[in-house]
Amino acid sequence: MSLTLTAMSDSTASSGQQQWAGSGPMPQPPRGPYISVITNRTTNLLIRGVLLFSVGVFLALVLNLLQVQRNVTLFPPDVISSIFSSAWWVAPCCGTASAMIGLLYPCIDRRLGEPHKFKREWSSVMRCVAVFVGINHASAKVDFANNVQLSLTLAALSIGLWWTFDRSRSGFGLGVSIALLATLATQLLVYNGVFQYTSPDFLYIRSWLPCIFFAGVITMGNIGRQLALYEYKFTQEKTHQD
Amino acid sequence: PVKGSYNKVPPNGWQLTPPTRMTLREQLREKISAAFYRHGLLCASYPVPIILFTSASILTCCYPLLRLPLPGTGPVEFTTGVRDYSVPSHEPQGDLGERPDWYRGLPVAYIQQVLVKAAVSPWDSSLVPVDVFRSPLGRVFNLVEEIRNHVHQDSSGVRSLETLCLQVSDLFPGLRRMQSVLPEHGCLLVSPGNYWQNQRELFDSDPDLLKTIQKHEPKGLHTSATLRDLLFGVPGKYSGVSHYNRKRVVTYTITVVLYRYDASFLGSLRSRLKQLYPSANCSLRDDHMVHVHFKEEIGIPELIPLVTTYIILFAYIYFSTRKIDMVKSKWGLALAAVVTVLSSLLMSVGLCTLFGLTPTLNGGEIFPYLVVVIGLENVLVLTKSVVSTPVDLEVKLRIAQGLSNESWSIMKNMATELCIILIGYFTLVPAIQEFCLFAVVGLVSDFFLQMFFFTTVLSIDIRRMELADLNRRLPAEAGLPPPKPGPLRPREVPPPPRPSPHTITLQTPAFRNLRLPKRLRVVYFLARTRLAQRIIMIGTVIWIGILVYTDPAGLRTYLAAQVSEQSPLGDPGGGGLPPHFGVAPVFHGRDPTSTLRVVHPAPQPTPLPENQSQGHHGAARAGPLPHSPPAIPQITWGAEDEEGWRRLSFRHWPSLFSYYNITLAKRYISILPVIPVTLHLSPQEAIETRHPQDTRHPPPPIPKVSADLQTDLTLYKVAALGLAAGVLLVLLLFCLYRVLCPRNYGQNGVAHGRRRRGDLPCDDYGYSPPVSEISPLLLRGHSMDIECLASDGMLLASCCLAGQIRVWDAQTGDFTKNNSESSCQRDGLDSGAPELDYLGSEGHDPSISGDGLSEDEGYPLRRRTAPSRPTLFTDQPDLTPLIDTNFTLQPPSHLSTPPRGGFDFGGLVERAYMEHEPPSPSTYPSPSSPSSSPPSGALLQRRPSLGDAAASLPQDRVSAVGPQATADWDSSVWAMELRGNLIAAGRSSGKLELWDAVEGSLRCSNEEGVSGITALAFLNNRIVAARLNGSLDFFTVEINKPLALLQHRGTPGRGSMPPSPCYSSEDVISCQLTRSVQCAHQKPITVLRAAAGRVVTGSQDHTVRVYRLEDSCCLFTLQGHSGGITSIYIDQTMVLASGGQDGAICLWDVLTGSRVSHVYGHRGDVTSLVCTTSCVISSGLDDLICIWDRSTGIKLYSIQQEVGCGASLGVISESLLVTGGQGCVSFWDLNFGDLLQTVYLGQSGDGQGVRQLLVLDNAAIVCDFGSELSLVYVPSVLEKLD
Repeated sequence: MSLTLTAMSDSTASSGQQQWAGSGPMPQPPRGPYISVITNRTTNLLIRGVLLFSVGVFLALVLNLLQVQRNVTLFPPDVISSIFSSAWWVAPCCGTASAMIGLLYPCIDRRLGEPHKFKREWSSVMRCVAVFVGINHASAKVDFANNVQLSLTLAALSIGLWWTFDRSRSGFGLGVSIALLATLATQLLVYNGVFQYTSPDFLYIRSWLPCIFFAGVITMGNIGRQLALYEYKFTQEKTHQD
Repeated sequence: PVKGSYNKVPPNGWQLTPPTRMTLREQLREKISAAFYRHGLLCASYPVPIILFTSASILTCCYPLLRLPLPGTGPVEFTTGVRDYSVPSHEPQGDLGERPDWYRGLPVAYIQQVLVKAAVSPWDSSLVPVDVFRSPLGRVFNLVEEIRNHVHQDSSGVRSLETLCLQVSDLFPGLRRMQSVLPEHGCLLVSPGNYWQNQRELFDSDPDLLKTIQKHEPKGLHTSATLRDLLFGVPGKYSGVSHYNRKRVVTYTITVVLYRYDASFLGSLRSRLKQLYPSANCSLRDDHMVHVHFKEEIGIPELIPLVTTYIILFAYIYFSTRKIDMVKSKWGLALAAVVTVLSSLLMSVGLCTLFGLTPTLNGGEIFPYLVVVIGLENVLVLTKSVVSTPVDLEVKLRIAQGLSNESWSIMKNMATELCIILIGYFTLVPAIQEFCLFAVVGLVSDFFLQMFFFTTVLSIDIRRMELADLNRRLPAEAGLPPPKPGPLRPREVPPPPRPSPHTITLQTPAFRNLRLPKRLRVVYFLARTRLAQRIIMIGTVIWIGILVYTDPAGLRTYLAAQVSEQSPLGDPGGGGLPPHFGVAPVFHGRDPTSTLRVVHPAPQPTPLPENQSQGHHGAARAGPLPHSPPAIPQITWGAEDEEGWRRLSFRHWPSLFSYYNITLAKRYISILPVIPVTLHLSPQEAIETRHPQDTRHPPPPIPKVSADLQTDLTLYKVAALGLAAGVLLVLLLFCLYRVLCPRNYGQNGVAHGRRRRGDLPCDDYGYSPPVSEISPLLLRGHSMDIECLASDGMLLASCCLAGQIRVWDAQTGDFTKNNSESSCQRDGLDSGAPELDYLGSEGHDPSISGDGLSEDEGYPLRRRTAPSRPTLFTDQPDLTPLIDTNFTLQPPSHLSTPPRGGFDFGGLVERAYMEHEPPSPSTYPSPSSPSSSPPSGALLQRRPSLGDAAASLPQDRVSAVGPQATADWDSSVWAMELRGNLIAAGRSSGKLELWDAVEGSLRCSNEEGVSGITALAFLNNRIVAARLNGSLDFFTVEINKPLALLQHRGTPGRGSMPPSPCYSSEDVISCQLTRSVQCAHQKPITVLRAAAGRVVTGSQDHTVRVYRLEDSCCLFTLQGHSGGITSIYIDQTMVLASGGQDGAICLWDVLTGSRVSHVYGHRGDVTSLVCTTSCVISSGLDDLICIWDRSTGIKLYSIQQEVGCGASLGVISESLLVTGGQGCVSFWDLNFGDLLQTVYLGQSGDGQGVRQLLVLDNAAIVCDFGSELSLVYVPSVLEKLD
């Protein structure tokens, strides 16, 4: 079975964003003797990062499974481990990327001074995630007539996702740029033969990949924003279960 | 359309604006909202018929679903005859209606099974159990060889098996361990010989056959076909390969998988084998060929994404329904919302099926997306809108209004969604089109259900809520304490009215420890939520479900049979068809008992006691010996052998093919009729083939009981064991339950309350939970809302908006007065004018003045050591004579009963009032007299503190005295402080007045400032006044006598108050401005606090300044807030905390002026701040109370309060926090943030919040409560204090 790359394998997204996040100033509290403040803030940041990372890894694994072509109905018991072994670095990369994106979004919101007010509820975030999984599902399972149609449909769906759940210019800009970067990096990786797609139609990769990247960025940004909004209540809920 | 709409004005006068000026959009909007309004009225008026109608329509729409196949992946099959068989063409042929649509093209493979039944016969007693299967299994090699080498030659050429069979390549990469057993690179031909690589030598040298077979079995529970089933071709228990084979017949198959069907080759093979191994009595039909079609199976890798989408779906539903609020039954409405969405989906599928659109999509996969597309938003919006309508409206109108408010947005959203879906429909991708179709129908039916079903449920719910409100409003039964309100009081519902002694019994949580370790708290949390039990229960149910479903003779089979019976192709063909042409169910006609019958084939259709085959084959050896029946293994061929593969797992073939990466999903295989082979082996042969180790096996114990009894016994054993295990499990669970969940479910709360203090269950720390009735004492008299409140522990001064200042004795409920005194020792008599009046206390002063001096000495000590426990009253026998004789009857009863009895307040006061009625019209005593004349208290005017205040008001006014000339009539009091018996009042006119709290006379005033005094601090003999313009004035109070009292304010005894020794009315008190700091702040000063020789001011200009009290020198300007300062706390230990409008809290070191910590805790202003020795407590505008660690600045926890609560805070002891709420005060355990108790202050206090809260030294709490003061005395607190 040839290696089929998952939609979420934005490894470049991770590398590209690492630089970005490095240059972009993170919301660090002013240094000084106020140790407690820093621990509080950094713990918060860390918790959010870990949460986003695990969400990213989980989604990457699940969507990878979605993408595996259905040659065999009954997978032998070892198929899962083989999936893990084929491209083990994909999931951590996705996790890192999603953590970066999820932290970057609220940070940029704060920088730009326009706090994101649109539909800030967990139910909306869940809806967004569900739609994202649905887009992946469609890309994997639905039989389209040709690749152009598939790509156009997915692009429309991704834009619809942004319009339904985000509607912020910064979100759109970030999404597009990260999607482009990630696509470029995937092209490079495939060109260098790290892995390959079963039936590439867009240079070396599938043409729907940018759309999926875009949708993923929007989704992760949504989760990250919600977590950032939630950060005040987070410690409270943990300690005070009433 | 515009013209037409003029005439269509709704009849109920709905249209508010004249329609002429409307745009089309507005008209539409108006119409929609009118329609929704009428619809809401309808729904709320006839709930039951509408719900019935909706249910009926749901059921009707779901009816077509019954025809859909049930979920399940059982294979379907189709039988054709062998003779006229030809490969079906690919093109669908319309006329062959009976053919299933999958029966097209070549099958994946043709399966030819050779069923071998072998036995050693006659059975010899010298044979060992291994002989039952060793030599029969040994014959498999010959057979396989025979089959492999079979060559058929006819006119069309020479054909061997190699040319026909399915050539397989590598095994699936993950299956290396099976390489030795399954064939690779060649014909797919499996037989038991594969265990030994089809080599006779390996078989012969194998010491333990069973072990070899067992070696490849998977460990543990397995649901799919095992290797043993694959190789033997019959289920393991029918193969007879075991030591305990009673029938001594071994059955196995040689399975040949063919790629092409060649009738002549197969025919020659069949005849050849029949010729070699004849089975004469075999009457198996060999003219049927069964085609089995396999559906898609869902494996784990496909299940994971599915499960994930469902998890996301449930999270979505959870987060959505969590938002439903302010209704009677949250769960009920959430359920209704989910039902609405789900049944709309079912309706959509049903309707689509009805109109001939059969769903081809995998329903389980698209279902979550459909739910997400349809969404729960409308339902939530509806609920919110209805709930937010005015409560006092009728239910019908509320529903209607709420519905019409949201009508436009609902319609707009729906139109948008329909548009999007329509766009999706025109992508012309079949799958998406289908999805869109379902979504459209689902949306429409969802809208229908929302409008009819959910709205009606909502109206019922709202009505129930109002009914519940009504019930609650009924007065509680007298004598019984009303039920304790939960920790979260419903916001809408005002606290229930209480009988006049406003007592609340704290229903003690039977399990409360002061300091629980964290892990114990986790355990208690588990116990409280009964998490473990629930998980175990759910796990058990799931497990049972899995067992039932996967049981081969169980539900799954039944379901599969149902499916194939119900499928429209199920009816056997019409007249012109061949008789055996039709679809049979997979496990057709086999009731579960038949599987049992296989073991003991009693009622066989072919009950020939087989001697013929013996004669045929074994005649050469010996004649047919008349053995006893068990001695001769009988080989019988029954109908069940005809299609022996049916006994196999339905995953048998898919798993066999999947090993070679060939899927059977959505494809079919053709199973050819079996070739029966009967083998009879002589005992001689069996002995010859023995392995030397075979004889070492001990002979199996041959039970005397019959086989039936044996199985029965096994059954009983299993049942008994199961029962025992069940009992054990129950016992274990019970123990676990008792350990984890020692909650007392019996409702013995009332008995608890009546128990004596000593009987209460104590925990390990000797702490008995506070079982106390807290009675707030209302101090009435103010005519308007109370503005300022000040106390020095002895006296309590309050000032209302009318400018009237009243002075009360804060010492109430004191044991020296037997709890019977009224709270209002000194009742400030108002004169309607802004002046201070004074009235003597009732019944209190005589006793106090009698032992005034002795009390003075002993008081400070005793206040600490002697709590108000009734038992301690006996320690003070000397007090009884000192008590006013009018109350001598009371003490014994109070001593014997808990303080609860002592608060029969109204009656006592009433009596006291009656007794002292005569002196009341007497003239007001001269202010100077109390200190000199002990009995003067009796002459003072008695005022009841309750009830009669209003009645006696006029006469109070008459007796009002006081220097009215100097009083300021126009301005109001903005700030007030009380020290000793001097009241400092700051007025809006900038005037500072000093009043004598005891005599009610204005002692001096200072009018040097013009700007209004916003805050005052009174420390020692200095008064600091902050003014509106940001300036800070320092005054010095000069008294011609040394200020003995003022300088040690903590020590004065309570008794010394009325006869104040420090200064008399002759003393001249003057107030001089010593220093005025103009422009202390750029903006108005908001807070002013003084302690420990420091004055701290906070201002709107974001800074905090610290001044030294002595020389008015500004020590520090503390900057760090990014908003105005709203609260400051400073105490004797020089701890300074400040909170600002930015929600930040700063802790400062007053000595150095450095910031110790800086935390953001609130969204919005910090409204108040209190520190204890270990923590800082803050409350904010976000209704959150945060508790911070004082040294590290880490938030320990926070308490979410109700909206509009809790701007006021107070700390009673190190671990007791009191907050003010809407008409109540709440006590919290600071260690854990548990709500200990909520005390309601009055009957009418629904809307009034407690704005100020003052904690007095004796753990009493004073709070303002509209125009009343409330004194809450917490007896249990004193115990904690000690």
